[in-house]
Amino acid sequence: MKVKVISRSTEEFTRERSQDLQKVFRNYDPNLRTLEKAVEYTRALNAAKLEKIFAKPFIGAMDGHIDAVSCMTKNPNHLKGIFSGSMDGDIRLWDLATRKTVNQFPGHQGAVRGLTTSTDGDRLLSCGTDCTVRLWKVPVLEMTDPNESNEDCSKPLAVYVWKHAFWAIDHQWDGNLFATAGTQVEIWDQNRSEPINTFEWGKDTTVSVRFNPGEPDLLATSASDRSIAIYDLRMSSPARKLIMQANEDCNCYTYDGRKLNEAKLVHKDHVSAVMDIDYSPTGREFVTGSYDRTVRIFPFNGGHSREIYHTKRMQRVFCVRFSCDASYVISGSDDTNLRLWKAKASEQMGVLLPREKRKLEYLDAVKERYQHLTDVKRIVRHRHLPKPVYKAAALRRTMIEAENKKDERRRAHSAPGSIPVQPFRKRRIIKELE
Amino acid sequence: MISATQQKIADELDVRARKYLRGDGANLETLRDKKLKGQLANREKLYGQSAKAAAKAEKWLLPSEEGYLEPEGLEKTWMIKQESIVREVDISSFRKPFDMILPDLGPYKLEYTPSGRYMVMGGRKGHLAMIDMLNMNLIKEFQVRETVRDVVFLQNEQFFAVAQKKYPYIYNWRGTEIHCLKEHGAALKLQFLDKHFLLASVNKSAQLHYQDVSTGVIVANYRTGLGRTDVMQVNPYNAVIGLGHSAGKVTMWKPTSAKPLVTMLCHFGPVTDIAFHKGGHLMATTGMDHKIKLWDIRKFGLLHSYTAHAQMLDFSQKGMLALGNKSHVHIWRDSGNQDYKQYMSHEMVKGYQLAKVCFRPYEDVLGIGHSMGLSSIIVPGAGEPNFDSWVANPYETKKQRREKEVHALIDKLQPETIMLEPTKIGTLKPRRTKANPTKKEIQEEMETAIDAAKNITFKKKTKGRNKPSKRTKKKEEGVFKAKRPFLEQKTEERPFKRQKEEVELPKALQRFSRKKA
Repeated sequence: MKVKVISRSTEEFTRERSQDLQKVFRNYDPNLRTLEKAVEYTRALNAAKLEKIFAKPFIGAMDGHIDAVSCMTKNPNHLKGIFSGSMDGDIRLWDLATRKTVNQFPGHQGAVRGLTTSTDGDRLLSCGTDCTVRLWKVPVLEMTDPNESNEDCSKPLAVYVWKHAFWAIDHQWDGNLFATAGTQVEIWDQNRSEPINTFEWGKDTTVSVRFNPGEPDLLATSASDRSIAIYDLRMSSPARKLIMQANEDCNCYTYDGRKLNEAKLVHKDHVSAVMDIDYSPTGREFVTGSYDRTVRIFPFNGGHSREIYHTKRMQRVFCVRFSCDASYVISGSDDTNLRLWKAKASEQMGVLLPREKRKLEYLDAVKERYQHLTDVKRIVRHRHLPKPVYKAAALRRTMIEAENKKDERRRAHSAPGSIPVQPFRKRRIIKELE
Repeated sequence: MISATQQKIADELDVRARKYLRGDGANLETLRDKKLKGQLANREKLYGQSAKAAAKAEKWLLPSEEGYLEPEGLEKTWMIKQESIVREVDISSFRKPFDMILPDLGPYKLEYTPSGRYMVMGGRKGHLAMIDMLNMNLIKEFQVRETVRDVVFLQNEQFFAVAQKKYPYIYNWRGTEIHCLKEHGAALKLQFLDKHFLLASVNKSAQLHYQDVSTGVIVANYRTGLGRTDVMQVNPYNAVIGLGHSAGKVTMWKPTSAKPLVTMLCHFGPVTDIAFHKGGHLMATTGMDHKIKLWDIRKFGLLHSYTAHAQMLDFSQKGMLALGNKSHVHIWRDSGNQDYKQYMSHEMVKGYQLAKVCFRPYEDVLGIGHSMGLSSIIVPGAGEPNFDSWVANPYETKKQRREKEVHALIDKLQPETIMLEPTKIGTLKPRRTKANPTKKEIQEEMETAIDAAKNITFKKKTKGRNKPSKRTKKKEEGVFKAKRPFLEQKTEERPFKRQKEEVELPKALQRFSRKKA
């Protein structure tokens, strides 16, 4: 007879000294953990609820400006620095960690309309309605005392005076050219007092200009004649233009720059004009600020927003920026304040222990796994909206439904094929020019 | 080049990994959505990897091995006595079998915690005791001076519930009465669903109560309507409660339905005990009709029926079946294909009446409660040799216990999650089939029905009923009968159409209506 029975010595399965870690033994046998799916589902549900409980995105407001904040730009050299310009011509540099003004530039005579920094982060460019572009030296942020700046910023390094008021400015991502928008689109060099190139397409004012981060020579502008144009610095004339009938229709449109005949995606959710948009440094998300007093965060490939931020005191949002580490969002609004938000509303700030991190990853995974179930979905999707936004959204929905219904009826009562079905992605495009 | 041994190991790992895959993967071929298909394929790959990692961990990392009892020569396992086993085993296992003689207050019911560390026992005449089985330490012993019908541990060894003469009570480990659960009435049997924190009881008037012990809410109270019973067992796989009744029926219950989920006629005579296999597919029942039956509870079919006598049953973690009958204990073991054969047997002193047999989790030990006290015997190969610290830890410290209780409360399952197939949670309802079959489908269905009617062969009958004319007539009738429902369907559709055509026009306009051809 051969016999063996389970026999465990206590010493082998417990720790020797009280300073030691407890011994952990694993056995992954499915029979030992029954009702796995129910447990996972419960965890997903609890994780969704906890996410809602911890969703406190607002960190603080930064006040100091005495008029509406009109534009902002990040400081590429300093994670915690941000520049803001206001309608009274004031330009400030903020320290996000302390939420205080570090430096105040004398600014412009009229409103500041655009701000941008050079690639190396040494120079700040601002433009305004006083027909000037000013070049400023960015003070070096001292680690020790952020309140005290040792350099004199009371005078701009250069002032470029030109014929018309400026609406926007943007610096090339790689190089030392910058573009301004106004009656025309001008390309400037920092070392020249006059623009090195001028583009004009139509008579209307251009209101915004942005350089392509990947292709340093490409830039896009939008104008008040409902057009979006793409320019190439290597060519003497504008490259392409698109005219849309989407003036302040509350939507954001994502285009493939090579195919302008159809939007890739329409991001719907705002209930009033979208004033500013900024991509996250990761490129997976973007933040929008709107005239409806809310800030929304959209996934780059999603039609609806992931998050909406609002407070009682925040007025029309004129400018929004993602921070350089993609973990914060800054909004500037009509009420003279800059507001600092977390990019993920319920994210725990500060250093996480590896165990905490693993736990959060696990909870995210189960939440993702059960996201399609009604209860989890309902909790994850729920957002409290301010009453005017809620009502306006409902109204918009009914209007769109009515429009669609009308279209359907019109189609039903006309000859088959005479009114083709157009996807919303194409519907707003009027014309594409080469 | 892979050597033969490497190949062998890889094959073995594949076999082991199958357990961790929890069934076959989804069929992605039928999907048309390419994006979804890619995502799911990725997911499946991950599942495969984790199953493989688990299989590797099982093969190489587990600290202990299963017990066994192997006969040599002409020996038979069931002839081997406990004394000879005890002589062979090591010194720590030597202390495990014992006989505790408590002649006055028996017969004793007993129950282990899920980790197998603690045992609570209750004598019929009111003797309650809790013992730490690891170092054989009596934690508390007291008398309630009242009939005790059943004892059960709650979420950990801190609390246990006792079914007493009039009501069940909850005591803590010090023996302090915490609660008296009057709503349950005179409970005959108690069970605790540890993931749901539900205490279930069946009382003298055959009512099934579920009470949430974390909040104190009575979750459900159902009349079984099948007479008094004290046969109740939880299926650990899905937390469904099985009740055995005196008319030979076994019913299965969940707290969210007033009617039993399943009613099975298992025995011709009262059911005396039921037991569920840990895997959730196997149920053993025993009845007064001298039968022990094994059921596949996925399809509710009988697997095997044995003629043997048993009053109580219990499945071990490794699937051994203990049968208690008067003063004999038999252990059966799966001999392949779920056919259970005798493995061991043990005789108590003559005249001892068994009251409960209960395998100790994570040990090769069977606890036996009887009229003269308590015994335990060694059953090699019964228990799971490797425990998981996060599931049930016999060496749990106070801090770990507290931590675990909090986590169990956070992950407490709602009563709605109890269902016959718990893997259904998180899946979608299958898409409904088309409501109206097409004309072609109806035609095909009719043709098959007619063919079936034509091909019927009749029995040979006498007294002129086997005449060819009669037979053809009968066949024609059959065909007509098969056709009829389909034809009726058609006629039902027709008058609707006719109505549409016969729109009453005003007299003046009738001359313009198109004439029928």
